[in-house]
Amino acid sequence: MKYKRDPELIRDVLGKKIQFILGDMACVYGGLLAGCSFFGGYPITPASEVTEGMARMLPRVKGTYMQMEDEIGSIASVIGASWGGAKSMTATSGPGFSLMMENYGFAVMTETPCVIVNVQRTGPSTGQPTLGAQGDMMQAKWGTHGDFEAIALAPSNVQECMDFTIDAFNLAEKYRNPVCVMADGEIGHLRERVVVPDEKDIKIVDRVPATIDKKKFIPFTNSQTRNSKVPDFPTFGTGYHTYVTGLTHNERGFPATDKQPDHEKLVKRITSKITDDIDKITNVEKLYLDDAKTVFVTYGASARPAESAMEMARAKGKKVGMLRLKLVWPFPYKEIQKLASNVDEIIVPEMNLGQIVHPVREYVEGQCKVVSAPKIGGEMHLPHELYKYLEGK
Amino acid sequence: MKKEIRICGFGGQGVILSGFIFGKAASVFMKYNAVQSQSYGPEARGGAARSEVIVSDEKIGYPRPTSVDFFIAMSQEAFDTYRKDIRKDTVIVIDPELVPKHKIGRPVYKVHAQKIAEKLGNKIVTNIVMVGAATAIFDVLKHDAVREAVIDSVPKKFIEINKRAFDEGLEAGKNARNEL
Amino acid sequence: MPEVRTADKLKKKYLREEMWPTIFCNGCGNGVVLDYAFWAIEELDLDMDKTVFVSGIGCSSRLPGYINADGLHTTHGRSIAFATGIKAANPDLNIIIFTGDGDCTGIGGNHFIHAARRNIDVTVILINNFTYGMTGGQLAPTAPLGSIATTAPYGNIEHPFDICELAKALGANYVARWSVTYPYQPIKSVKEAIQKKGFSMIEFLSPCPTAYGRRNKLGDIKKHWKWYDDNTILIEEYNKIMEYGTDEEKEKIKNKIQLGVFQDIEKPGFFEQYEKLVERLQTKKDKGMKK
Repeated sequence: MKYKRDPELIRDVLGKKIQFILGDMACVYGGLLAGCSFFGGYPITPASEVTEGMARMLPRVKGTYMQMEDEIGSIASVIGASWGGAKSMTATSGPGFSLMMENYGFAVMTETPCVIVNVQRTGPSTGQPTLGAQGDMMQAKWGTHGDFEAIALAPSNVQECMDFTIDAFNLAEKYRNPVCVMADGEIGHLRERVVVPDEKDIKIVDRVPATIDKKKFIPFTNSQTRNSKVPDFPTFGTGYHTYVTGLTHNERGFPATDKQPDHEKLVKRITSKITDDIDKITNVEKLYLDDAKTVFVTYGASARPAESAMEMARAKGKKVGMLRLKLVWPFPYKEIQKLASNVDEIIVPEMNLGQIVHPVREYVEGQCKVVSAPKIGGEMHLPHELYKYLEGK
Repeated sequence: MKKEIRICGFGGQGVILSGFIFGKAASVFMKYNAVQSQSYGPEARGGAARSEVIVSDEKIGYPRPTSVDFFIAMSQEAFDTYRKDIRKDTVIVIDPELVPKHKIGRPVYKVHAQKIAEKLGNKIVTNIVMVGAATAIFDVLKHDAVREAVIDSVPKKFIEINKRAFDEGLEAGKNARNEL
Repeated sequence: MPEVRTADKLKKKYLREEMWPTIFCNGCGNGVVLDYAFWAIEELDLDMDKTVFVSGIGCSSRLPGYINADGLHTTHGRSIAFATGIKAANPDLNIIIFTGDGDCTGIGGNHFIHAARRNIDVTVILINNFTYGMTGGQLAPTAPLGSIATTAPYGNIEHPFDICELAKALGANYVARWSVTYPYQPIKSVKEAIQKKGFSMIEFLSPCPTAYGRRNKLGDIKKHWKWYDDNTILIEEYNKIMEYGTDEEKEKIKNKIQLGVFQDIEKPGFFEQYEKLVERLQTKKDKGMKK
């Protein structure tokens, strides 16, 4: 389908401005509002409601929904659609995310904007399909082979499922990189109020299309029209005759597999195009950090019980705060470094045996105590379980 | 104000929808914050299903109940399974036809929701009768807000019967007594 | 009208010269297949600005690199799924997929099956050399019984994959097989496949003297070509013999690989159906609004 984002039609399909919906569904809303025109997916619990929502809504806004044969095909179709000019997205959970890893790297290497919503569960393997967890936080960063920069957001509530999906599209378009929305089964299957933003309040970022003379255009180098390491995008069918390959390629896109300088130049550009902008990309929420001596560093669903535990502690006069990573990758290391020099202790509650605690420790560099507070088995921490970590402080 | 509601029954009975209606009433048709979560067994029909709602005038952190204020049961299995962690003063509402073994040594509100639904012509609205009754018994949410939420949440062609189910439930709730 | 009359001119027009020389060995059939595609494209006067070449991993999957057009050189086995996305985003594009026997029938089998079943409007040109040539001659799903591969050093005991039979069974709109020893029929076939709405697939038997031939006493390219002559038969001839031939004649041909066009039907493609679905939803909505 040739698609043109039609705000009126989208709003008509989404319905009322204030709704009480599932986190999974909010990801669908976010996708539609961002102008997603292709969704390729494969059902998997607890992300199936995203796929179902797209199946219902995307054709109604004249976008294309396809249920692919598996998750490998899903991410492949999403990358293909992006080169065909679509804003594209898929949704999955742990096992499906594992299957996507090779093509996730392909998207990175070919600088393809696309969005992966991961409503996380746990593993290893099939694990606990119906229950939430934060099983893929490291997979998003290290799951595909080679060196790359991940961009990943972690919503803690249903509104953020929508907002962060829009953000994910914008980041993907801006940096020409796949972007993950790392939701989880808890938030994905939670219903809360969402407020659908007015059109004037939505920021939409589009990739910069290639416009310069076709003979002068160089597809895989710094932009030739702007001061940016992100090249302009030669959409297929616009006459640029671009060769796009997952092999190490030179600036023209041609294989340069045995050339060390070409590889280094390419990989350093596609990683630094993101890390150079770390200050612009970093997105954290700070609660009571002015006086806090003990701080929860959290993300996603685990921020919810952590906030409750923090409020319990504050009510008793304990100086507890919270730093919530809305964007987990690229890792907001400057925030962690700053925090470490101001507090006595950082507690990292996670619904895994400790993933994000590792980069936290790396950047704390011994400046304060770092405690991992894991909980596995498909349940969130109870607030009082986390409160125990604060006792005596 | 923070209230936690647990609604349980067997899969397919509409307990998820019931929780959804309370959540929507509170957060869309009133100014409260609300979260609704659910859990069910792997089977799509049958088995014990549970839907939980938290309504609060403050930001809701931990989204699952820790201290259930209101407990509604629509099947024996669910009543037996999901009662374990409720408080001594938790308000209990059951349908005595669906939960025949409800004598547990403490008072409960009895609402003949299924009978009322059958009289209305369709057993399928049992859950909405229960929603109406619970709305009256709990008296936390505005009756009109819940009514609006019912209308907003059921298929268009079933609005009428659901409105009646809600209203009859509301009456039944008003007349229900907390008894052993 | 076609302006090109010589192979030289053809190559100038369609090849991406910066990419020369190719990685292909002497005797490789990939160039022959590319030639068929160029002639077909030339005769159809296909707009190269609106044609995208997609491939996976393997020698044949390197072909898009040598074509002066948009090309997406994807991961192993996944080209058809990538192509599905491109077509979805812009149905006006012609999509031609170059894939190999390992890429398409091995690791990519599932994507092939479902694209054919959905009747996605793409053209798959499958170059079957019976081996994983790029990586040194490992066993392919299409390798004949008894043939030698580095991973089947004592002879292949697996039954080879007949991908055309599969495509037919899936209801693909166009299915054909040729060997690179045929000069003209394949060009006509590629033209038909490109023009066909819905899923079209042509399999080419194509020699790999380096990885397959050497190990199977077909290292000399002439011998390789002769093997095709001895072991293939045109479908029309095959059917005739099977109907009217003697038992002896039947016995002689029964194990030969058939060549020709196996299926040529018109079934609506996925994206045609999808457009109708979208229209239906809009009409429903408009009607709803009038009420």
